[in-house]
Amino acid sequence: MRIVLEIWRQRDPWADGRFVRYEVGDVNEHMSFLEMLDVLNQALVRRGEMPVAFDSDCREGICGTCGFLVNGEAHGPLRNATICQTHMRHFHDGDVLRLEPWRAAAFPVLRDLVVDRGALDRIVAAGGYVSVRTGGAPDANALPVPKTDADRAMEAAACIGCGACVAACPNASAALFTGAKITHLSLLPQGQPERPLRVRSMTEQARAEGFGHCTSIGECAAVCPAGIQLEVIARMNRDFLRAAFSRAAGEPLTVLPVTSPMRRYEAQPPGARETADPAEEPAER
Amino acid sequence: MPRPSRAAALWSSPIGKKALMAVTGLVLFAYVVGHLLGNLQVFQGAAKLDRYAELLRISPTLLWSVRAVLLLAFLVHVAAGLQLSVLRREARPVDYATYRPVASTPAARGMIWSGLLILGFVVYHLLDLTLGVVNPDFRPGQVYHNVLATFGRGLGVAIYVVAMIALGFHLWHGMWSLFQSLGLATRRSLPGLQRFAVTVAWLLAIGFTAIPLAVVVGVVR
Repeated sequence: MRIVLEIWRQRDPWADGRFVRYEVGDVNEHMSFLEMLDVLNQALVRRGEMPVAFDSDCREGICGTCGFLVNGEAHGPLRNATICQTHMRHFHDGDVLRLEPWRAAAFPVLRDLVVDRGALDRIVAAGGYVSVRTGGAPDANALPVPKTDADRAMEAAACIGCGACVAACPNASAALFTGAKITHLSLLPQGQPERPLRVRSMTEQARAEGFGHCTSIGECAAVCPAGIQLEVIARMNRDFLRAAFSRAAGEPLTVLPVTSPMRRYEAQPPGARETADPAEEPAER
Repeated sequence: MPRPSRAAALWSSPIGKKALMAVTGLVLFAYVVGHLLGNLQVFQGAAKLDRYAELLRISPTLLWSVRAVLLLAFLVHVAAGLQLSVLRREARPVDYATYRPVASTPAARGMIWSGLLILGFVVYHLLDLTLGVVNPDFRPGQVYHNVLATFGRGLGVAIYVVAMIALGFHLWHGMWSLFQSLGLATRRSLPGLQRFAVTVAWLLAIGFTAIPLAVVVGVVR
């Protein structure tokens, strides 16, 4: 089958990007979407052009590295699947597909379809862990956890941090991601001691990173490849409000955002961008 | 170190602000329901409606207390909504060239627009039927007459109907989203809450729209 692609090409974070049209003539329907891009890249390399940069690692839908929008849908048209697990049989001969990177102030475009998702790591670093001594692996059932709680915690822990929720959200909110990370700890006994501090720190970090707010639009859960439910956001909100009304919460620990020059660059209107030329300000790089 | 007050702490975080919007939205919703039930007395004739209007003003203290609560709720709701709407632009400075919503309702994506329409309508509505400034033939205390004067004009009917459609859209999303913002929704209760929101939105939109339409077709005259 023949696929026409309109791909966002951007040389580096400082350059202006644009859509470039490519045609891939010999697409096999059993190829994954990324394998189809590999075929395109091979042709580009043969022609002496720069290959299209995109993120990928496991290519079996469990690592969360890949991801971009296909015709305005995060991870493409297949639900509950990453783009690497979306195969070309879901498309038709002659389809025109527009590939665009995740767009958010907190996700600066590094090159083509690759964005910097370090902001999500910093949200986890702000409190998405348990720092109590848990000892060695406990005996089974030594610490009883209700079956539903264990299942819900496991479901929330399925988040692979790909960033599709942020990309699909009209507010560029990381509420589904943050909610999942908070929920999978707050449902288990080990997560209880730091529960109020965790929710305050992680939500404060998300705010500082420049993610938007949640208006329960629901696009995030719809495109999530791990099937994270909207419920985790309600759990995060509940934990947050409870912490706000408790004395024990303490001050939030915020890992300050790494303000790279490219983040400030993206936030600037196009007219002001000349000053952010990396060649003129090598020290800031 | 002195802790900031709870209200200030809530206001300074997006989640807290959404919680404040949920609570104030609930207050405003309760008012709107009461307002509709009161208004429907228009179908029982002029004497009944005018007597009801008189009853509302029987105690100035009570009247102004209720008005103060409503005004505060309204201001908090509007200010938080506008601030969060600005935040939304900052969170995604570069828009998508192609964006296809896959799950959301138009009501959910357009809360700011339905909200702004309602805001504009509330101003007009107060000038029209409370202060009488823009009413074509305002007579203090004669509510039934004033309502007929407003809906005697096509413009009055059009503004009212459009605003009530906006209200319906706003409640369609707002009436379940508020449970999510307050952390009360669960996956089990969410479908029920969404059905509740749709039902409430239809009931209120139809209930309010019935009044100008009744005037237009001549049932109320």
